[in-house]
Amino acid sequence: MSLAELSRPTAGGGRPDTGAGVGVRLSGVKKRFGDRVVLDGLDLEVRAGEFTALLGKSGSGKTTLLRILADLDTVDHGSVLVPRNRSVVFQEPRLIPSYRVWRNVLLGLKGGERTRQRANQALDEVALADHADAWPHTLSGGEAQRVALARALVRQPKLLLLDEPFAALDALTRLRMQDLVAELWRRHQPAVLLVTHDVDESILLADRIVVLIDGRIGLDERVVQPRPRTRALPEFDALRRKLLNSLGVVVP
Amino acid sequence: MTADTAGGIGIRTAVSAPVTRTSELIDLSQSSLRRDRGAILKRYSWLLRFLVPLFVLAVWQVGSQLGFISPRKLAPPALVVDAAIELLQSGDLQTALRVSLLRAATGLAWGISIGLSIGVIAGLSRLGDQIFDSSLQMIRTIPFIALIPLFIVWFGIDDAPKIILVAVACIFPVYLNTYAGVRNVDPKLLEVGRTFGLSRLAIIFQIILPNALPGVLVGVRYAMGTSLLALVAAEQINAASGLGYLIMNASNEIRTDIVIVGVMLYALLGLSVDMIIRGVEALLLPWRVTVVSK
Repeated sequence: MSLAELSRPTAGGGRPDTGAGVGVRLSGVKKRFGDRVVLDGLDLEVRAGEFTALLGKSGSGKTTLLRILADLDTVDHGSVLVPRNRSVVFQEPRLIPSYRVWRNVLLGLKGGERTRQRANQALDEVALADHADAWPHTLSGGEAQRVALARALVRQPKLLLLDEPFAALDALTRLRMQDLVAELWRRHQPAVLLVTHDVDESILLADRIVVLIDGRIGLDERVVQPRPRTRALPEFDALRRKLLNSLGVVVP
Repeated sequence: MTADTAGGIGIRTAVSAPVTRTSELIDLSQSSLRRDRGAILKRYSWLLRFLVPLFVLAVWQVGSQLGFISPRKLAPPALVVDAAIELLQSGDLQTALRVSLLRAATGLAWGISIGLSIGVIAGLSRLGDQIFDSSLQMIRTIPFIALIPLFIVWFGIDDAPKIILVAVACIFPVYLNTYAGVRNVDPKLLEVGRTFGLSRLAIIFQIILPNALPGVLVGVRYAMGTSLLALVAAEQINAASGLGYLIMNASNEIRTDIVIVGVMLYALLGLSVDMIIRGVEALLLPWRVTVVSK
């Protein structure tokens, strides 16, 4: 698989090797806003098809990192390698209000890919095929976010970037959305980077959990519990404590 | 705690234990929100709209009959109706209306085209903004009616100065609202376009312009009203045809009945302009939440 380079070539850097099986490769990434250093020499490699959750306190730079990977922000230093075919689901659905649902799903696809059938298939996967002709403003928050998910997956991305996609949903809808994302990931196998502040969510969904502390990776944990996961196991609780502690939350 | 001993319960449900004291509770099933007090009034509320006009009409008619209102100052309603019928039968009204509407429509079309183009350019590009915005903001403060004498000198006294005046007057509302509409498109949507690989041109045509359209239509609505205003002004100062000419002529002959017919016609035009733009909005913006408000 080939990775597209987003960064300026770093000084003295040769042609980086874009080995097979690599989903994302970040090295020495620095980013500052004014005086505030957000990312401070961050290195991160994500394997193709790997589900990685990115935890961090608010302001820890996790959303900045995701925006860099989405090519919505630039880095000051370091190199960023990502697959060319990647898509994003934001915290808000961000559907284009002037397009019906199915046209939203096809947004940005070229020529022969822009078929109604393809949109319907993608909507079917998120159980919204019967809303294909609806206007976005008629959808509930959870429905709109499912459309955003269909829009992200219809282009078969190698990297799926999820920026707190469940944060604005009610608790019940969130649980259903988490199951849906797990199911879609299993079926399509993109590398996923899920930015979240919900520790439980990260353990339920991810293969690997990375905690961002002071602009670097402070903790990098593999989740070994088999899927589907349940909160009832002691491993779950142990990992949860460990992650919360690293985030500065003391669990009794 | 005291809450228990006081015998009070928070919420009364169907299965709750017998309550000893209910005096502290109020029954929300009798809430004033639920009571449909004005149901009958609501159903016939549209009739209320006619109350004031009908009252004015009655005062006018009775006042004229009793001789309180001089027929030279204000012709009685019946005479106004007669004048309207007379003008319709002679065809004068139709001719005047056709001439005036053609002027207004031509000027409006030019004004909308120019205002829309400049608004889009200035809204989209910083360069366009710098070139056009401050100049237009400056010219905007000039009352357009002040330009009439100058336009007569420049463009003569036939249709041209009137059409140009209407066009000039219509540029600004369209420009301002288009500019704001383009500028106010949610930057988050632009990011979506970017992440899903839309070209700059595709972002403009697929995201920015459709989402600026509600603003543009607000501008067009204003412009349609303004076009009538500008037309009245232009036609009353110098014209040999059209609605304004009809009114000025009648005024010189102290035919208040004809003047009132003309004025009412302007009101009708204003109303139909509003209805047209509502129709256009419903047609172009089916995705909007509150386009057609009842």
